[in-house]
This record gives sequence, structure tokens and C-alpha cells, in this order.
Amino acid sequence: MSEFIQLLISGLSAGSIYALAAVGFTLLWQASQTINFAQGEFVMVPAFFVLALSVKLGLPIWLAMPLTVILSVLLLGALFKKLIVEPMHKHGTIPLVIATIALGLLIKEMVKEFYSPLGQPFPSLFPQTVLTVGDAVISVPDIANFVIAMGTIVALQLFLGRTRTGRSMQATAQNPDVAQILGVDIQRMVMYTFLINGALAAIASILITPIYLAKFSNGETLGLVAFIAAIVGGFNQIRGALVGGLLIGVIDNMSATYFSAEYRQALPMILLIVIILVRPQGLLGTSEGRTV
Amino acid sequence: MIRKLAMTTVASMALTSTAAMADVVIADVAELSGAGAAAGAVWHDGVKMAVEEINAAGGILGEKIDLKEYDSQTDPQNSRAMVQKAIDDGAYVLLGTVYSSSTVVNMLVAQQNGVPQITGSESPTITAKGNPYIFRTAFGAQKGLPKLVSYLKDGIGAKKIAVVWANTEFGKGGYDAFMKIAAEQGLEIVADVPTEQAQVDFASDVAKVKGSGADAIFVYLTEEESARFLIEADKQGVELPLAGDTVLVSQKVIDLAGGAANGAFGHVGLSAEAPVDAIKEMAGKFQAKYGYGADHNAIKGYIGAYVIKYVTEQIGEFNQEKFAETMHGLCLDAATHPGVLMDVCWDDTGEMSRESFLVEVVDNAQQISKTLPAN
Amino acid sequence: MSRKHILFAAIALLLLIFVPMGQKNYIIYVLTSWLMFSIAAMGLNLTLGYAGQISLAQASFMGIGAYITALVTLAGYHWVLGWIAAMGATFVIGLLLGYPALRVQHHFLAFVTLAFNTLVFLVLRNEEWLTGGSHGLVGMPRPDFFGISTGKNLEFYYFVLVLFVISALVFSWIVHSPWGRAFKALRENPVRAESLGVDTRRITLLAFAIGSAFGGGAGAIMTPLVQFIEPGSFGLIHSLKILLMVVVGGAGFYYGPMLGAAVVILLPELLRFTEGYYLMIYAAMVIVLMVYSPGGLIGLGHKIMARVRPKKEVRKDMAKGAQL
Repeated sequence: MSEFIQLLISGLSAGSIYALAAVGFTLLWQASQTINFAQGEFVMVPAFFVLALSVKLGLPIWLAMPLTVILSVLLLGALFKKLIVEPMHKHGTIPLVIATIALGLLIKEMVKEFYSPLGQPFPSLFPQTVLTVGDAVISVPDIANFVIAMGTIVALQLFLGRTRTGRSMQATAQNPDVAQILGVDIQRMVMYTFLINGALAAIASILITPIYLAKFSNGETLGLVAFIAAIVGGFNQIRGALVGGLLIGVIDNMSATYFSAEYRQALPMILLIVIILVRPQGLLGTSEGRTV
Repeated sequence: MIRKLAMTTVASMALTSTAAMADVVIADVAELSGAGAAAGAVWHDGVKMAVEEINAAGGILGEKIDLKEYDSQTDPQNSRAMVQKAIDDGAYVLLGTVYSSSTVVNMLVAQQNGVPQITGSESPTITAKGNPYIFRTAFGAQKGLPKLVSYLKDGIGAKKIAVVWANTEFGKGGYDAFMKIAAEQGLEIVADVPTEQAQVDFASDVAKVKGSGADAIFVYLTEEESARFLIEADKQGVELPLAGDTVLVSQKVIDLAGGAANGAFGHVGLSAEAPVDAIKEMAGKFQAKYGYGADHNAIKGYIGAYVIKYVTEQIGEFNQEKFAETMHGLCLDAATHPGVLMDVCWDDTGEMSRESFLVEVVDNAQQISKTLPAN
Repeated sequence: MSRKHILFAAIALLLLIFVPMGQKNYIIYVLTSWLMFSIAAMGLNLTLGYAGQISLAQASFMGIGAYITALVTLAGYHWVLGWIAAMGATFVIGLLLGYPALRVQHHFLAFVTLAFNTLVFLVLRNEEWLTGGSHGLVGMPRPDFFGISTGKNLEFYYFVLVLFVISALVFSWIVHSPWGRAFKALRENPVRAESLGVDTRRITLLAFAIGSAFGGGAGAIMTPLVQFIEPGSFGLIHSLKILLMVVVGGAGFYYGPMLGAAVVILLPELLRFTEGYYLMIYAAMVIVLMVYSPGGLIGLGHKIMARVRPKKEVRKDMAKGAQL
């Protein structure tokens, strides 16, 4: 039982960070039909911004981390949209998919070549201590990661639902033509979405890298997880991506123990296929959401 | 298109076939990119350093070494192409690879063409295939692990063992060897946990071994994964002895795990921290040259290049067949052959033997607790 | 097919026959693997370029084909049996996988094949009794035909060339058959195609299954070519590599995948002077290409030609690029 609780908590903790990446993924999809195959690399690379700023340039960590968020918003948000998504939008979805696959490769190779092919230790924001509840050992960083990740998503939900800008962004995502008629600056709204995705990726990266260690290949797993979480949860709902992320996090942790360690990766894949067959709009998705 | 392709092919061939005339060509086929780049690039730096030293000292039999590098991209299919190319370029001896999947393919081609190959792979299968052209730079896992199992059994009195291993060609070789020896020695395996390549989350794996009732945990993972496992084990408060092979107690893992590696111990075939003056000197030069510390792969590459020099000088000519023949059953002592760093012998399968060490991690550094005889 | 096309194909074929003569083993090996990947990419081109579906599992179909061929030949049967079994099995698997995926929304085949590729990798690695697990299978023989061996590299090259020509002819026949023209109709205007009685779902499914069988056929070549197969050679990253071949060359163009495969295979060689940077250059090149010419290199060529000779019209459908 204590093992179960422990696995559940570490699963939720990892899952909440997956959810950050999945939510960003969903936002991009909603706002601009961008299936971002480089999302994993987007989560991998901010950790290297932190390392470059703190280790190479000698900035203190408390300064390096906010700077990293800003850098990510600029590079992974604004630059990505201006340089890659915008000029390609008129070509349709497939060229953009291909371009993001190539972008993922490019980011990975650049980190490997210009920083290091080896894994790097990464500073943790929280003390590495544990709480003992009954028999279960619960780590403080796990709890803190969960709280920050969930807090970020809740704040995002509030922003989208309660503010004027947020509602305009949602209107743009649901029906750009109507939004435009209603006087929404849809280009600006789409840009905001990309900026938010950059920030989400940076937060996810800073939270997860102390456990994962900074390595150029980390994005491969992360991207796949974000992708599956978004589809399983529902491609057109932030809540869906959240639930999908948490679910994949828990399944990931449980399957090695209760299913099969050798086939641990299979369970999320099977879930993905079953969802597509049985409920293609995802667990929480609504079928009247925009179809392609 | 096709014509254009054919022309570029011809052009590229013309470019590549201009091998140096008088020098002896040595080919290093290594993982310079792809999943194995961390291991292969370090190995290649070790090779390069040795070749520069050899050339500075006059080369082999008066001929300079023309070292050519080939990137296997950690892909057996591509690796085979590179070996083919190296042989076309007139390679006298092949060095590499570090990953056994590529070595397995390369040695087929090397054998067909009668070219000796000196590999960095430690997978037991390599020397079990009866290929007369393959030679190791570090002994296979099947030779190292019995030393560790004896220590687990007699040194710390463990009876029940939990095994955590990488479910890849690297991990599987070590795992199979360990399971066989553990069964022979009567150790009980209470948890058997395969993990994925590049796995990042080890929470469930640690929980599983923690609840297994084991006396000790055997960890056979690659660098980053070892560190992640150690960090997670530390997080979950695991206090069991953690034992491993060369990788678990390597300096790279110690640095990555940031304190979580303390207390882990392992059996180490080659280490920059070994109490051997020649190795310390080599590691110092390596650090000064490349700006990062040498690991076992760097030392393997360095030794590999020197072995070519010594064996060739022993036979007195550049003869590939004689090279392979001579190396079977050969022993090189470090006193007269400083480049091998430690006394070393090869048997008739290309397997090698050398002294090795028991290491414990104390205060974020390797501490050699015992030197074990060659077997 | 116009006379010009036939002439071009004939010259190309002559070059393919004569260029490798007297070359070194490495060049021959690289040309052979280029032919092999061209076959796999040709199959994916049918799925992507003609039927407009992304498949992210072409490497796993190659894997299935390679393992089936390996098991058949290691059991002592002739390679041809393995080849037939490989293509048959991948065709059936393509049908089984594609049927439910194409039943629902349009782009879901991409996601299903993504998951499928990982599942195949896991089965190949874990079912050691059958596939040799992560150690893979080694020592598969190169086949003999009527007493003629294909053991040497040049002989093997001609053997693969024959298979390549057969595949190219089959492909050409498919695209030029009434059935293939249905693809064209579908791609140019799906709504109109459907209203004219084209069963889009069925032909899309068949395109995917045939494309997968091409993958299986390429896998059947890989087994005797490399004489060693392991699960790692058929991971998702390799599927992406084949996908990039098709797109870089030009999805929907007959020679697109062949050109794309040539770029991917020869680029490391041509960009060797850039040392570690060639993958970066390649990735950047793909992005730029997608911005300026989603029709790939051939599409770019057509564009330039159209500018030089404005009379000749660029294909309307490809000007927009392949669509989901």
C-alpha cells in the first residue's frame, strides 16, 4: 500500500510537469493548427539556458532562472512563430509538421555540439528531503513540483477565462473568422499563445531537469509524452491536456511495477490507440471542437 | 536526378580515394554522433592522443600514422558502410567501436577482408564468435562480474540481490553474465528490473527494489541513467549497498549524482583514478589536452592505438595476418611497453585479461579499496 | 507516360547499371543502401504524397520485413520466400492498422502509426526467444539464384537493382492505373472525388497498406545487406528519417523519394568537411525548404523552371504542398 501511495505521488508529480508541456502543445494546436513535434526539445533546451547563464556566464541561479523564462518566451515563442510557423502557415499542416521535426533535430544537435553531448547536473530549487507518512516516503521536491505545475495551469485557466485578453484568445482559437469580425486582433492573440507556450516549456524544464539531468536527448521522451497526453486528454481542451498529463504520469509509474517492466512503454501507446479508436475526441474533448 | 546523383557519387569517391601514400592508415570507426556519441567521442579523443604521441616519437617502424575517423552514427547499418570505407581506404588495423551492436557487424566485414580490429566493446558475445581478427581493449563483462559477485557474497554477506539493468544491448550482456554467475554462486535474485534506454524517471524502479527485501542492489546502467537511479534511490531513502560495474562508480556518474553516489561500490576494469602511475599520467595529459577528464573509454582508445604500434614492431612488418596471429596469446608488460599502461594479455579468442580494482565512492571521489588479480 | 519520361528512365537505368562497375566496396554498399531506402521511401510516398496521410511507422514495417526475412532464411529457406512473406505480412498489418485509424478523423493515422512504431520496437526487443532481443540476429546469408551467388557487394548491388526496378515499375503502374488516377482526383479535390463516386476511405487504406508492403520489401533487403539486424535500427527516429527523405525529395513526385533518399544517405559524405555540423545543416535546410518549397527539391526545381519558362504550368495541387 505504501508503495502504491508513493508511486501515485511521484506519478502525479511527474504527470503535472508532463501536463505543462501537453497544455502548451494543445494551445498551439488550437490557436494555429501547429502540431509541434519539437515540443520535447522545447522542454529540454531551457535547462541549458540556465546552465549557460549560470555556469558559463557566472550569473547567480536566482537571476538565471527568470532570464531563462524570458529567453524561452522570446526564442521558443516569438522567434519560432515569426521564423517558422508564420511563413509556412499557408502551406498547410504537413510541411509545418516536417519543419518542426527538423527543428527538434536542429535544437538537439546544437545543444550537443555547442554545450555538451554528456549529461549535466542541474541545481534543484528545493531541498532534497523526504517526509515520512506512515510507511510511505514522500519527497519534498515532488510535492513542490506538483504544486507549482498545477498552480501554473490554474493561473493559465483563470487568465484565459477571466480576462479580456484571455477570452479573446479563446475566441480566436474556436473561431478566428467570427473573432475577427468581433474586432479581435487575431494575429496578436495567436502570438500570445506562442509566448505562453515558451513560458510553459521553461517552467517545465526548470522543474523536471534536477531529476532528469540536463541532456540533449531528453526531449525525445518528453515530446512523446506531451503528445500522448494531449491526444488522450482531448486535443481541444486545456483540462484534457491536464488530465492526460497526470494520467500518463501515473500510468508510467504504475506500469513498471504492476504490469510489466519490459513493456512499460507499451501501456501509454496502447492507451493512445484505444482512445483514438473509441473516443477520438479524447477523454475530456468535445466532438464539436474544430476538426481537421 | 539520378545522373546528378551518380556524378556526385563519382566526385565524392574521387575525393575520398586520395589516401596518403607513405603513411600507415589506421581507421577509427566510432560513435561520433547518435546515442553513443558520449562514449564514442571520448574513445576517439583517447585514440587521437595516443596517435599524436606515437607520431611525435617517430611513428611505427618509421612510418607515420595517418589516423582516419569514421562516424558510425551509432547505427549498425551505417557502421558497416564505414568499415567498408575504411578498408577501401587501405586501413591496416581498425579501431572501435564502443557499442557492441556496431562491433558485431564490423567484425564480420573485418574478418572477410582479413583486417584486425581492436574494439572497445565489453559485451561478452564479441569474443564468443570465433572471429580470429577481433581483439579487446577491456575484458568482457563475463570476466569482471565474477569478481564483483564474490565480493557481494563473501565481502558483505549478501544472499538476496535486486538487479536493475538497462534493457539494451549493453545492459543485456552484463545482465546475462551477472545472472549466470549469481546462479552459480547461489545468490537469490529477489527483484529483476529491466529499464529503458534513456529512461528518465526511476521512481517505480527504486520503489520496486526497495520493497523487494534484497540485501544489496546490483545496478547495470549507462552513465546518466546510473546517476538518475542513484538520485532517486537517495530521494526515497534507500540504504542498501549499491553495487555496480565500471560505470556506476565512474567519476562522470559521481559528478552527475551530486552526493547521491556516496557509498556505492563497484568493480572497475579501467579507471583514471586507478593507483597506477602510468594511468594517472595519461589522465593528466588528457585533461590538459581536451579540458575534460579521461574515463575508461578514453583509456581504452589510448591503449588500443598503442597496441597497434607494439604488435607491429614485434612482427617487424605491416602484415595484417601476422598481426592477428601474433596477438593471440600475446602478453605486453607495461614496463617495456608504457603505452598499454598496465600489464595485459590476450587469449586465442581475442579476450584479454588485466588487473582490476574494487572501488568505493567516498566524499564524491573514487577510492580504490582493493586491487584484484588478472583472471 | 510520355516518351520523354521513358527516355529519362532508360538513361537513369543505364547509369545505375554502369556507374558501380569498378567502384570500391564502400561506394557500392552506399548505392545499395540508397536503392533499399528508395524502395521504402517510395512506399511512404504513396501514403504521404498520393493519399495525403502521414505514416510514422515506415521503419517498423521495414523492421517487420527484415525480421521475417531473417527468420525464414536462418531456418534454411530461400530468401524469396522471406521476401514474399515480408511483403504479405506488412500488407496485412497495414490493412489492420489503417482500417480503424482511417475510420475516424483524418490525421489520426499519424498518431496510431507513431504508437505502433514504439510497440513494434518493444516486441522486437522483448521477445528474445523469437527475435534475439537486443542482441539482434546475425549471420543471415545472401541468397543464390539458379546457382548465381549474390555474396559479393557488386553482385548484391545488381540483385537489389533488380528489386528496385520491379518496385519502381509496380509503383509507376499503380500511379498510372485508373486506380492511381483516383488518388490524383482525391488529392486535387477530395470533395469532388467523393461526389464522383470515389471511395476515398478504401483507396486511402489500400495506399497505406501497399506503402507499408514496400517498407516490408525494403526490410527484406536490409537483412542480407547488413547481415545483422537489431531493434534499434527500426525505432521512431528512423521512421522520421524516411519521412524526411520523402518530403525533402518531393512528396507526390515520382522521383521525389529517390532523390530524397540520395540526399539523406550522401549528405554526411558531402558535408564531411563540416565535421559535426552536417545534421544541423541538414535540419536547417529542411526547414528552409519547407518555407520556400513544400513540394521538396523537385517542387523547387519545377518552380524555378516555371519562372524560366512561364508557359509550363506548375501542378496546382503541389503548389500548395501535401495537405492533411
